[in-house]
Amino acid sequence: MEIAFVIEKFVLVAIIFGISLVIAMYSTYAERKVAAFLQDRLGPDRAGPFGILQPLADGLKMFMKEEIVPTNSSKWLFMVGPGLAMLTACIGTAVIPWGSPIAIGDRIIPLQVTDINVGVLYIFGVVSLGVYGVMIGGWASNNKYSLLSAIRAASQNISYEIAMGLSVIALLLVTNSMSLKEIVEQQHGWHWNVLYQPLGFIIFIVCSFAETNRAPFDLPECETELIGGYHTEYSSMKLGFYLFAEYINMFVSSAVMATLYWGGYNYPGMDWVLTQVGPTIAPVIGVIVLFAKIFAFIFFFMWVRWTIPRFRYDQLMHLGWKMLIPLAIANVIITGLVIAYFEKF
Amino acid sequence: MEPLTNKKKVLAQKPLTFAERMYLPAIAKGLTITMSHFFKKQATIRYPEEEREFSTNFRGMHSLKRDEEGRERCTACGLCALSCPAEAITMIAAERKPEEKAIYREEKYAAVYEINMLRCIFCGLCEEACPKEAIYLDGPIVPADYLRKDFIYGKDKLVEAPLEQK
Repeated sequence: MEIAFVIEKFVLVAIIFGISLVIAMYSTYAERKVAAFLQDRLGPDRAGPFGILQPLADGLKMFMKEEIVPTNSSKWLFMVGPGLAMLTACIGTAVIPWGSPIAIGDRIIPLQVTDINVGVLYIFGVVSLGVYGVMIGGWASNNKYSLLSAIRAASQNISYEIAMGLSVIALLLVTNSMSLKEIVEQQHGWHWNVLYQPLGFIIFIVCSFAETNRAPFDLPECETELIGGYHTEYSSMKLGFYLFAEYINMFVSSAVMATLYWGGYNYPGMDWVLTQVGPTIAPVIGVIVLFAKIFAFIFFFMWVRWTIPRFRYDQLMHLGWKMLIPLAIANVIITGLVIAYFEKF
Repeated sequence: MEPLTNKKKVLAQKPLTFAERMYLPAIAKGLTITMSHFFKKQATIRYPEEEREFSTNFRGMHSLKRDEEGRERCTACGLCALSCPAEAITMIAAERKPEEKAIYREEKYAAVYEINMLRCIFCGLCEEACPKEAIYLDGPIVPADYLRKDFIYGKDKLVEAPLEQK
């Protein structure tokens, strides 16, 4: 392994890690601002101009708060829980292609930490590991209600993962590849997968809402029915980590949605830009386009949160098992039949 | 039986249509509603910097008035304290000395006049009870403070400024 390669990857990892943390940080601010605007209010505007220092103030507050560990809790696991939630949220970004390879001098640098040929499976594996953070947190608290909420959250996540997986199977039938890089490159120009898999996309986005524990599927943290949810016993920055992990998850799932269905860093007129402007600037525009898509999705997440009321738990399970899974299976069958038809004749 | 009013409305719980059971049209409708609010004018007033305009009959902080010659109108009759349902007003009356004729209007005046702003409910009964038109609730909102004792407003805060200072 040459040294330049190591440096290049190290820099890329650091940048992506930093970006996802900053985006998660400012998502909390954006959430409050969006909520305020949707409710005819102004939102935070005291800390700095337009309140842009609000996340720093919130973070400082989180660190300054008293940290309480329940007496009979499993102390080590109690600490591991939030860390695990953060870890699983962060490592999902490793396989997302952020842009087409960029040419700096003679070197061509791929804007992706690693292009593994089972990228989609990797994402799913990491996402399902996120359940451990919730489950361990709820269990280690030594609180019945936390444990119940943790089980509830875990069963919700697992239920929706099935429909999500099935919707992706239909996508994989179309793309014939599991590498995210290849999936993006197939969508070059205007061939975005959402045009071929609209139903699959709807199922996928509904499941992403449930997976990231966002409204209307934010049952793991319902204040009224289950005091706080699986993180009832958590205080100060440990609670902050759980909440922060939710925002990182939102960023990652927005990135995955943009990559799988909305063409990733592709935009119409890409080839023209590449020939006219050159191989250094064109990928940068691609990165900007991808982030625009991601921000649009993050905004959509927030927009939905402040529109739709929370599901009841039986309704949630009904929707997951009796509606989305059959729909996803039907989508797989239809996609398969259409592909078989076109390949045969 | 004949209904007393014709306001009765018979509700029928019809089974949902297919479009309604799909959720998505309703969700899209809800999203457009919230989106329309995104671009509406915000109702928030940034309070310390901006102040809301009050109606003309707004009852704010009390002020003890002076007459056209700049003398205090209050004669310490105690009717305001008597009429106060929250018992927020306390006063101590004193007799005017000959050299104070330019300061107080009548022979008796309030040496101490205190309103506890934490007790006051701004009902305006003191205003109504006053026979000398000495007290009005025409001031701004009572400002916030840190200590309870700072909410007991004496004459230094209540009596309006002398004429020449106005």
